[in-house]
Amino acid sequence: MASFKPTKIQVYPKLGEKVTQDTLYWKNYKAPVQIKEFGAITNIDFSPVAPHNFAVTAFTRIHIYGPYSQEPVKSFTRFKDTAYCGRFRSDGQLLVAGCEDSVVRLFDVSGKVALRMFKGHTKAVHVTDFTSDRYQILTGSDDYTCRLWDIPNATELNTYQEHTDYIRCGVTSKLNRDLFVTGSYDHTVRLFDARVDKGVMTMEHGQPVESLLLYPSEGLLVSAGGRFVKVWDLLKGGQPLVSLRNHHKTVTSVCLSSNGQRLLSASLDRHVKVYNTTTYKVVHNFDYAASILSVGLSPDDESIVVGMTNSILSIKHRKSPEESKETSGQQRRRPSYRVFVKGKNYVPKQDDYLVSKPVKQHLAKYDKQLKKFNVSKALDTALETWTRLRKPEVTVAVIKELDRRGTLKNALAGRDEQELSRLLHFLIGNLVDPRFAPVLATAAEMILDIYQSVIGQSPVVDRQLLRLQELLEKEIDYQQELLEVLGMLDTMFASSLPRKEVPCSGISRSNGLIQGEASTSRPQLQTT
Amino acid sequence: MVEHGDIRVVHRGGSRINFREPVITNDSRFLLCASGESVKVFSTSTEETIHDLRGHTDLVTGVLLRPSNHLQAYSCSLDGTVRLWDFTDGILIKTYVIGYPIHSIYTSANHEGVIFIVTPTLSDKRTEMFQLVAVHLPQSGDQLVEVRELSAVLSDVSSNPAAIDFGRGGEYIASVKGLQLEVYFFKKQKAFRFPLKEDNKKGGKNTFTCISCHPKDDCIATGHEDGKIRLWRNFIHKREYTYSTLHWHHSAVSSLCFTPEGTNLLSGGIESVLVQWRYNQDTQRDFLPRLGAAITHITVSPDGALYCTSHSDNKVTIIQSCVKVSAVIQGLVKGESLRTDLMVDPRSKSLVLNGKPGHLQFYSLQRDKLLYNLDIVQQEYIHESGLQQFEVVKAAFSSSGSCLATVEERKQKDAELELNLKLWEFDDQTQSFALNTTITAPHEDRITAMCFCHATDSQTTMLVSASKDGHFKAWKLAAAAHTEDEGPSWSCDFVGAYHRLVPECCCFSADGSLLAVSFQEVVTVWSPASWELLTTLSQPPGAIRNLCFGRLSCSKYLLGTTNSNLLCCWNLLTCSLEWSTSMDVSLLLDDPLSENVAAFCCQAGNTDLFVFKPSEPRPLFSQKAVCSGKVTHAVFAPRDEMLESCEESSQWLNRCQLYFLTQYMDLLTFTTKSEEDKLMASSKQLVIDDSVAMTPFSLLLGKHRLQDGQEAASNLFAERAPLPQGSAAVRELLQTPAHVLPSTSFLCSMFVQSLLISVKDTREENKQAEEEMESEKEEEDSEGEMDSSSSRPMRQESVGVGAAGSSDPALTKAQLKELKRVRKLDHSWLSGLLDP
Repeated sequence: MASFKPTKIQVYPKLGEKVTQDTLYWKNYKAPVQIKEFGAITNIDFSPVAPHNFAVTAFTRIHIYGPYSQEPVKSFTRFKDTAYCGRFRSDGQLLVAGCEDSVVRLFDVSGKVALRMFKGHTKAVHVTDFTSDRYQILTGSDDYTCRLWDIPNATELNTYQEHTDYIRCGVTSKLNRDLFVTGSYDHTVRLFDARVDKGVMTMEHGQPVESLLLYPSEGLLVSAGGRFVKVWDLLKGGQPLVSLRNHHKTVTSVCLSSNGQRLLSASLDRHVKVYNTTTYKVVHNFDYAASILSVGLSPDDESIVVGMTNSILSIKHRKSPEESKETSGQQRRRPSYRVFVKGKNYVPKQDDYLVSKPVKQHLAKYDKQLKKFNVSKALDTALETWTRLRKPEVTVAVIKELDRRGTLKNALAGRDEQELSRLLHFLIGNLVDPRFAPVLATAAEMILDIYQSVIGQSPVVDRQLLRLQELLEKEIDYQQELLEVLGMLDTMFASSLPRKEVPCSGISRSNGLIQGEASTSRPQLQTT
Repeated sequence: MVEHGDIRVVHRGGSRINFREPVITNDSRFLLCASGESVKVFSTSTEETIHDLRGHTDLVTGVLLRPSNHLQAYSCSLDGTVRLWDFTDGILIKTYVIGYPIHSIYTSANHEGVIFIVTPTLSDKRTEMFQLVAVHLPQSGDQLVEVRELSAVLSDVSSNPAAIDFGRGGEYIASVKGLQLEVYFFKKQKAFRFPLKEDNKKGGKNTFTCISCHPKDDCIATGHEDGKIRLWRNFIHKREYTYSTLHWHHSAVSSLCFTPEGTNLLSGGIESVLVQWRYNQDTQRDFLPRLGAAITHITVSPDGALYCTSHSDNKVTIIQSCVKVSAVIQGLVKGESLRTDLMVDPRSKSLVLNGKPGHLQFYSLQRDKLLYNLDIVQQEYIHESGLQQFEVVKAAFSSSGSCLATVEERKQKDAELELNLKLWEFDDQTQSFALNTTITAPHEDRITAMCFCHATDSQTTMLVSASKDGHFKAWKLAAAAHTEDEGPSWSCDFVGAYHRLVPECCCFSADGSLLAVSFQEVVTVWSPASWELLTTLSQPPGAIRNLCFGRLSCSKYLLGTTNSNLLCCWNLLTCSLEWSTSMDVSLLLDDPLSENVAAFCCQAGNTDLFVFKPSEPRPLFSQKAVCSGKVTHAVFAPRDEMLESCEESSQWLNRCQLYFLTQYMDLLTFTTKSEEDKLMASSKQLVIDDSVAMTPFSLLLGKHRLQDGQEAASNLFAERAPLPQGSAAVRELLQTPAHVLPSTSFLCSMFVQSLLISVKDTREENKQAEEEMESEKEEEDSEGEMDSSSSRPMRQESVGVGAAGSSDPALTKAQLKELKRVRKLDHSWLSGLLDP
C-alpha cells in the first residue's frame, strides 16, 4: 500500500530582487533617526577618533553629534553666513570650516570661539581640509583659488590658481603631507604638490565635479560630478579606470565603507547606491525622501548618516546581533527547543531492542480533504484568507490538482454568494499573473459556465464579474502591445545580424549522383 | 547469405502473472500463478520464484488445487490439456488431453474425480459461445490420458473465470453472464435463471461482472458494472428469491471473494481499494486503499490467513487478513503502449521502460525480475477510467548512468498540453535517482526526441530535446549563479531551429563533438561547442525516420533511414553520401559497445533483421521473418561477461544482447546455441533445497554445497567422510542407558577404536566391516567381555600372516574374527602414518 502523495506545489522562481550577502548586510540597519536641521545639510564628517562623533554642516551652524545621541553634543554657531565643509583633524581635536563670507575658521572641538581665522579668499570657501602633517590647512574657494595655510601663524603659505571655475571639493592625502586634490566646476580634477608651485596632474571629469574621494591606498581617486562617478588610477598618471552612471541626477557625495570593499554614492535623485569596488556593480540601493547632499559612514559601518536638501538629517544605526536575531525569532513561534527534541536525541544502547514506529505522514489541510475526495472542502481550505493572500501558489496548485482529477467543476459548483465572491476575488487578483494564468483561465471559464444562469441576482458578484471583464480587456490590449514591440525588435535584430552561409546546396546535388552509383554497386544489401 | 544456424529467437520473460487468479496453497507457503505458458510457484514470504512448471504449449488459463490432494494442482490451457502437477517438487504427474481449448477450470470437493471446464461451444464457431462441461477424469496410471467422458452442464456461460462459482458444499453451481444469473442444482438437475433489467431507474448498469458463493450459507454475491454488489438469497425457489445491495465502488466490481468461513466478503475494482465487508453487517467495512493499480482478482488462502490480489499492472499483492500488505510480487508491466523506448540503465544493466502509470520500471533481464519502479510523476494516481493523467513519454540516460532525463505529458481534450522535463541525478547514498531539476513547459509542443551527449571526458553533461514546435533545445548542468548553497541545476543553453521545420530525431556522435538533428528531409549537423551549423545533408524524397552515428572505427559515418524506404550512410569527412540502399527500415539501432548497427526492416507483414557495419558492404548477420508485425522498440543490452564465440555470424552477440519488443508486446531476444547450453548447464548445477526459497543467499548456499560435493568426490581416497562404524559406535555409546553399559575400561578401547581411521579401499569392504561390527557387538553382549590383554600378543603374531590367515580354514571362528579386527586396526594405524 503506497502512501498518499501530497499535492505538488509548483516552485516559481522568485521575482524581484535576489537576496545576496550585500542586501542582507545593508538591510541590517534599524529604522532611521531623523533630525531636523536649520538648512540644507552640505557636509558630514566623522571624527577619526573614538567615539566617532560627526560634524554636520548645515546653514550657519556646525553641529557635532555623538554616535547615539539625537541631540547635538556640541554646536558651532559663530558663522556670519552659511558654513561649509566642517572637517575634523586626524587627532579629532580641531575642526575647520569654510564660510560664505570667505573666512576660514578653525575651532577647538571643546571650545566655542574660533581659534584662528584665515582671511585671504575673496569669495565663499567651500572646501577646507587638514594636511596629513596636521599643521596646515587646505582651502578651496569660489574665487577659483586654493590655498595652503599655516595653522600656528595663521598665514597663507601658497596659492594655486589653476582652476577656471568654482572649487567645490578637495581632499588631502593621508599618506603624504604635500599632496592634495581639488575638483572644480571647470570639469577638471587637479592634483597638487605643495613642494612645487603648480598642479602635477589634471583629470578631465567632463562634468562639474561635486565630490572627491581618495582610496585608503591612495592609488585610486573617485570623483563625482553630474550623473557620473569616475574612478581614476593615480599611479598610472590619472588614467580613467571606470565610469559609473547609475544615478539619474547629479551625484553629490561619495564615501567608502570601512573595509574599502564598497563605495557609496549619494545623489539628488534621492538614492544612495552601494558599489562593489572590485566589479563596480551596484549591489544595493537605499531610497530617501529628499535629494541628498551629503553622506557619511561611521567606522565599522555602524551608522549611515545622510543629509538632505530638506534639512533632514537621517541616521541609521546598525542592528546589534541580538536584535537581528530577536526580530526573526518573533516571526515564527515554534515550540521551545526542549520540547522539540524531547527523547529524540536518545541514543540506543547496544543491547536495546528497537521498536520502530511507522513514520506518520503529515498532510496539509487541503491534502487531507483531497485524500478523502472531499473536493469542495479541499478548495475551501485552499481559499482560506491567509493561504489565498500569502501563498497564491498553493491555491493554484490545489485548483490544478482538482482539474487533474477531473473534479474541478464539482468543487466550483454549488457555492453561495459569499463563497463565489471570494473565489472571484482570488481570480481577479491572480488571473493575469503569467505563472497562474493557464490554470486559472480554465477555472474562470468553468465558473462562468456554472454560474451563467444566476448572473444578475447578486450585485456583489455582478460587480466582480465586470471587474474581471475589464481586467481581461486590459490584459489583452497589453499583450497585443507587447507582441507589436516584439515584432519591431525582431525586424531590428534581423537587419542588424550578419548573415551566414551554410554549405548545403552543393552537397545535396552531389548526393544524387552518388546515390545512383551506390545502389548499383552494392546490391548485396538488398538481396540479403 | 550468411549462415546463422545456431542463432535463435527466444522469449525472454516478462509474461503476465495477473492473467488468471492465483492460488494460495493450504499451508499458505506457496502461491501458484498462471504465467504465459507456464505456472509459476512463488514463495509467499520471500516473493521469489521457486518453480516454473513448464509443459503447456499454449497460454495457461487456470490453476487450481486438487481438492483430494492439497499437494497437487491442476492447470488448464488453451492447448486443450489439463495437467496435474506436484508443485512442491515441480513435477508433472499427469496430462489429461481434452482436445478443446479450455478457458477456465473449476473443481469442488464434493465432486470426486470430476473437473468442470469452460470450452467454446463447438456448434457455432462464428459467435463466441462458451459452455461449462463436466469432465470425468479416468483413473489410469499412464502419464498421458485421453479424456472422453464429457457432459455439458451449462450452456452459454461467460469465459471469464470469475463468472462461475460453486455454491455451499458443491451442491449447486452459479454462473453469470450479461444480465442473467443462472444457478444449477446438481441434485435436482435443474437450473434457475434470474434476469435483471438492463438499467435501473438511477441509470446504473446492472450487467454482472463477477460472482462468489458463500461457503457455509445459501448466499450468492454478484458484482455489477455500476459498482454494486448484490447478495442473493432464497434462490432455491425461482419466484421467491430476494437480494440486498451493497454499494461502495464507483465503477465495476471486478472481483469478489468470500473468506473460507464466510465471515467476510472481499471486493475490488478499478479504484484499487480492497474492501472487506462483514457478512450480515453491511455497514462495517475495512478498506485497504492505494494498492497501486486496478484489482483484477482476489483470492483467499484455504485457512483464511492470507488474501491475495492481482492487479492490472502485472502485480500480485499478498495481504495478511488483518488488512496489511505483506508481500508484493511484481512482474514486468506492459501497458497498451510503450511511450518511452526500451532503454538499458548503464549502471544496473537493467531494462528500463515505462510501466505503471507515471513510473519508470527497472527490470533485470538476467534474473527476469522487476527491480524497482521509479516514481516520475510524483502525483497521486486517481484510479478512474477516462481520466487523463500524466504519462511518462520519453526518457534518456546519460552514458555513465548518473543522469536520467524524463518527459511527462498530459493532454486534455481542449486544454493546453502540459509538459514537464525532469532531470534526475543518481544518488550514491540512497542508490536511486533523486530529482534535480523540473522544467515546466520546456517546449511548446510534444517532444519528439531526446538524447544525452555521450562524451565521457566532458565536464558538463548536455541534453538535447527536439520538439514539434520547431525548435531543439540544449540543456546544460550548471551551478546556480546567485545561491551558493544549492547544487548545480539544469538550464537552457541553446535554442536551435532550421527553416521552421519540425525536428524529428537527434543524435550525438560517440565523442560528443557533433550533433545531428533531422528536420524532416534534412539532416543538420551542429557543433555543440560553438552551436554552429556545420553542414546539412539530405536525401530528398521522404522525411528522416531514424538517425545514428557510427561508432569506433566507423565514427565517420552517419546513418539515416527515410520514409521512402531508403537507408543512407553519409561520410562526414567528405559530407557526401557513401552508400544507400532501399529497405523499409522501421528501426535503426547502434550497438553501444561495437561498431555494429542493427536494422529492423518491415516486409510483407514480417520483420527482418540485418546487422551490419557501416564500413562494410556485407551484413554480418541477417535473419528473415524474425517475427510478425513491425518491430518499433529494441535495445542492445550489454552482457555481464563477454561471450567468446568465434563464428562470424554470432560474433555480434558477443558483447551485447539484442532485445526487441513485438507488436504484441512480447519481449524477444537472440541467443546462440553455446549460450543456451551454458544456461542449461548452470540451471542443472543449481540444485537447491526446494523448501528454501530461491534467494541470493540460498543460491550461494547451493553453490557452496555443490562445491562441497565435488570436493568430496574428488578427494574420496585422500580424505574420507566419517566412517559409519565409528559413528555407530559413538551413537551406541551415547544412546544406550548408562546402567546397561559395560565397564568404562572396556568401552574406552572401543571408543578409541571408533575414532581411528580405517583404510579400506572399496566400499564393499566397508560394508562388510560394518556387518562384522554389528555381529561382533551382538556376540560381545551375549558372551560377555573378551580379555583385552590376551588379544594383544596374538595381534603381534598375526600381523605377518594377516593376508594368509583369512584364507586359512584351520582357524577357529573366534580367531578369525579377532584376526579381522586386528587387521583393520593395523591398517588404520599405518595409513595414519603414511598419509600425512
